[in-house]
Amino acid sequence: MAKLTVVEAINLALRQEMEKDPRVLILGEDVGKNGGVFRVTQGLLDIFGEARVMDTPLSESAIAGVAIGMAIYGLRPIAEIQFEGFVYAAMEQLANHAGRIRTRSRGRYHCPLVVRLPYGGGIRAPEHHSDSNETYFVHTPGIKVVVPSSPYEAKGLLISAIRDPDPVIFMEPKKVYRSLREEVPEEEYIIPLGEARIVQEGTDVTLITWGAMLQPTLQAAALMEQNGTRAEIIDLRTLSPLDTETIIASVKKNHRAVVVQEAPATCGVGAEIVARINEKALVYLEAPVQRVTGFDTIMPLPKLEKYYLPDAGRVIEAANRAVNF
Amino acid sequence: MPKQLIETFSVEWLQILDEDGNCDEELRPSLDNEQVKKLYEWMVLARTFDEKAFKLQREGRLGTYASILGQEAAQVGSAYALRPTDWMFPAFREPGASFVRGLPMRMIFQYWAGDERGSQIPEELNDYPITIPVATQIPIAVGAALAAKFKGDAIAVMAYMGDGATSKGDFHEGLNFAGVFAAPVVFVCQNNQWAISVPLKRQTASRTLAQKAFAYGFPGVQVDGNDVFAVYRATSEALMRARAGGGPSFIECLTYRLGDHTTADDASRYRSPEQVEQWKKKDPIDRLRKYLEKGGLWNKAYDQAVSSQAKEKVESAVHEEESFPPPDPLDMFRFTYQDLPADLREQMEGFVNANGRRDQRE
Repeated sequence: MAKLTVVEAINLALRQEMEKDPRVLILGEDVGKNGGVFRVTQGLLDIFGEARVMDTPLSESAIAGVAIGMAIYGLRPIAEIQFEGFVYAAMEQLANHAGRIRTRSRGRYHCPLVVRLPYGGGIRAPEHHSDSNETYFVHTPGIKVVVPSSPYEAKGLLISAIRDPDPVIFMEPKKVYRSLREEVPEEEYIIPLGEARIVQEGTDVTLITWGAMLQPTLQAAALMEQNGTRAEIIDLRTLSPLDTETIIASVKKNHRAVVVQEAPATCGVGAEIVARINEKALVYLEAPVQRVTGFDTIMPLPKLEKYYLPDAGRVIEAANRAVNF
Repeated sequence: MPKQLIETFSVEWLQILDEDGNCDEELRPSLDNEQVKKLYEWMVLARTFDEKAFKLQREGRLGTYASILGQEAAQVGSAYALRPTDWMFPAFREPGASFVRGLPMRMIFQYWAGDERGSQIPEELNDYPITIPVATQIPIAVGAALAAKFKGDAIAVMAYMGDGATSKGDFHEGLNFAGVFAAPVVFVCQNNQWAISVPLKRQTASRTLAQKAFAYGFPGVQVDGNDVFAVYRATSEALMRARAGGGPSFIECLTYRLGDHTTADDASRYRSPEQVEQWKKKDPIDRLRKYLEKGGLWNKAYDQAVSSQAKEKVESAVHEEESFPPPDPLDMFRFTYQDLPADLREQMEGFVNANGRRDQRE
């Protein structure tokens, strides 16, 4: 089995879904000849032609809006927004139309589209290229939000996202685009949306995370293991809808939990997870649920980003606070 | 190298039927008498609906409503040029167009009465629901047009907007995108010269809105928006061009919003009654009536029949809307996604339980 990067796994998923379903097409800036600024769509133009791999004008709102129109007409568009910092221009289309059209038309129209959105820091990128802005989408009803953490996950989740009948924001962690390699089957497989996975089982504390933060969380768990603390790790995979059941079951078992997110703290997905644990498992807790997050600051430029981004050390400190409470 | 002129453009103005009902027969679209009468009847229906909607709002039987008074020709003339297989994307001031398309009038009442079922477009109609966020329907219409082109469907898409929309980013992004990909889309701008209280001169320094199309690489024309023949002719030609692969067009219908922006607005705060009076003289329905009369196609009996039929249709739509069973609150949850996620199901069950308890207390 081939060992692929996240970039290669996504490229493979795109190619296979386009081969399988003639309604699937890609649109975005530089996705054609250039193969995308991260080369995620490399080679697809040669295989599928300009009608299905569309280099668009520099127009984030129109990329989203056109994709919505295509989806409503019966196609399965996959729109690429080049970086998360440029998605705000598309926000009106996503919130006012993509997320709403099924509800407001009472099911007459629906919007099966995927917006691929590279996100997150740690790659020494310029300003506006390193944010973690998933909360905006999670907070928007009618939209699903998926964040893969590894190559295998990326392929299986993207195929589900493409086939999903509702709009999906597929946030790709730039930090692990090429830094991880993993065996990815050539043959088709899907990972259902809305189902978290237990990355490793443990009995002392539950670490809940997603996307690029899985790596520092794994490092933290390995170091904690050396000191005899066995952490369970949950990779959420889908942030909307959240797999509350898996979170609650693990917290009830382990009685202590830490949420690890790259995004700012306030109203982040971590805050929602803490609220759900309070609602459903408060009496099982032996310590307050801890959060490891970015700060409520503007994401700094590369010289300071290492101070902003959660790392294994911060995860361990938080886990210790929970365990030693 | 001397300076050279590398590009020029000129904007055409099209009027076929003047304020006195005089018609330029050479330019008159090839519509038979029955079709011309039909246009008249649709416009009367639109106005009758509008008057009723205004009254219902004042009586507290309808929510905020955006009047179309004076804009009937721009709506009816353009929509009459559409085929059922074409797609139509309204803004929020085009019920006259929606009726021509076949949207049940009950649904427009329902929408403004605050019921989502007013946007549950019947399966046989290729119409998008009313879009309130200004200009956002434009890129979506372009997407539908490109999807049609992708699938090889020889149809066109029509997108409505007002003059205010031309100031928005989505106008630029959408029209630019349409031009680049030669999308089969026709943009119909009802330039009623007011965006709530802001006059056209605060939306643009351009002499016309039509000329904006040239910057996007496709034709634009300004038509007398109160002349149903001019609107119909320009739109039909643009739609035929789009269906045949000729790309997008922009049609500026110069008209005037005779009423307030919505029932929540008072236009006397920001514009003069003289201006309104001046535009009343250009009334789109009056001039078609004069034309019909000159051709022996109009008499008082016909007019009374048209008017009473319109009133009957409107009253029956009001009755239909008001006797419609109330919406099911669970629809809030049911249509958020195709499959109800577990957490949302829980919220719905919580709602059901709380309401059950409330009902018992009452």
